[in-house]
Amino acid sequence: MTAAPLVRLAGVRKAFASGTLALDGLDLAIGEHEFVSILGPSGCGKSTALRLIAGLIEPNAGAVEWPKGHAAGDLGFVFQEPTLMPWASVADNVRLPLRLRSVARQEADRRAAEALDMVGLGGFARAYPRELSGGMKMRASIARALVTRPRLLLMDEPFAALDEITRFKLNNDLLELWRAQSWTVVFVTHSVFESVYLSQRVAVMTARPGRIAREIAVAAPYPRDALFRTSEPYNRSCREASAALQEAMAA
Amino acid sequence: MTAQRLANLIAPFAVGALALAAWEAVVRLNGIPPYILPAPSLVAATLVSDRAVLFPSLLVTLQITVMALAAAVAGGVLLAVLFAQSRWIERSFYPYAVVLQVTPIVAISPLILIYVENPHLALLICAWIVAFFPILSNTTLGLGSADHNLVDLFRLYGATRWQALCYLRLPGAMPYFLGGLRIAGGLSLIGAVVAEFAAGTAGTGSGLAYRILESGYRLNIPRMFAALVLISAAGIAIYLVLSLVQHLALRRWHESALRREG
Repeated sequence: MTAAPLVRLAGVRKAFASGTLALDGLDLAIGEHEFVSILGPSGCGKSTALRLIAGLIEPNAGAVEWPKGHAAGDLGFVFQEPTLMPWASVADNVRLPLRLRSVARQEADRRAAEALDMVGLGGFARAYPRELSGGMKMRASIARALVTRPRLLLMDEPFAALDEITRFKLNNDLLELWRAQSWTVVFVTHSVFESVYLSQRVAVMTARPGRIAREIAVAAPYPRDALFRTSEPYNRSCREASAALQEAMAA
Repeated sequence: MTAQRLANLIAPFAVGALALAAWEAVVRLNGIPPYILPAPSLVAATLVSDRAVLFPSLLVTLQITVMALAAAVAGGVLLAVLFAQSRWIERSFYPYAVVLQVTPIVAISPLILIYVENPHLALLICAWIVAFFPILSNTTLGLGSADHNLVDLFRLYGATRWQALCYLRLPGAMPYFLGGLRIAGGLSLIGAVVAEFAAGTAGTGSGLAYRILESGYRLNIPRMFAALVLISAAGIAIYLVLSLVQHLALRRWHESALRREG
């Protein structure tokens, strides 16, 4: 990568108070407007890496650098569960990040409506989370992450709990949004197929303590659609990523 | 479905009516004198004939109950919020809340009645001690039960402690708090009655417990029963009102208030 990355993890080491060494010597650079997947087995520290980028935890050694600087609100985070407040309507949930930053009510309402339209939940602003299906809850969660118009969207296995049909639909919608807007996405997943389908680059992690074992470029152009899922380049990238994953787990 | 619900509603009333009828029959057939066991009909008649004595007493007891419950809500929630601010505060003070809770109120109330000059206030303190703990303990649990991911989300967006409390912890603690409130409602009535008993013939009270003591000394057993009926009725009413409050507050979102269809 020639241009300065948006965010760079350099020699990051993270141990928890329990003594577990989650990450050791993790290096990863994320370029602006890039779609990068972090692929690895359960418990390899993928989520920890994401939380480090989000600034929710601090590394014990190494650094998380923002060569171009960054401000609060540059980040959107989507968790594995929808993580909505059950007592608040969908609109109130989506508006939360703006409310926490004291954005004026009218402006916040407008932007929440905009974010809900983006994820196809325009008609559900007044619904409560319990009234939504799993996929719709996840859409609401994504709308909440988008409402601050982040530069970097961090997604922690967001579709892992969804059925395949819903997951494919959300994969496509996410790609469409990513192409239309100009964010950067870091997408954590344990699915080889999902990582290859979505991203330009797959960073394969080793088992704990996690570090990046290999990075695989997925050269296929966008837009990608259902046909891509059966194409030769897709298969080739999947094979390559699977082999890298096997190797990383054995190492 | 409706027939089923009707039966559900009627069944407990039928059991009550049968028990009362049996009681009435036993008293009448055996000619049991009213100072041993009054028939339900006599208790009902006494409720009406002694209303000028009993209902003002009910009001006194209810007043203490409601004030104690209000104080328990204020004290319990405030302490819980304080505990939620730091583990350290919680660890330091929680044991004393437990001490207050596990010491029988009948054992403390004589002391309180001695030290607190205003008898009304003394009764209130006794009832408060009994009622505040379930609110404190439930609300503390609720405030600490916020979804960890939501807590992270609030941090990510730079929420202040106050914002996290108002928008996340307090709403999340609501079901726990309301569960505690329902228990505290009954306990504040019990606390009020027990404290009145302890104050007893010191002559301060004119609440229902005092009427029960007084009737006992005068062998006016029907009035004793009538006062007992009023206390039970008050307890049931408090429970129903608080259940309604809980339902209204949670019906839009909490699992406990939702009926599953199909």
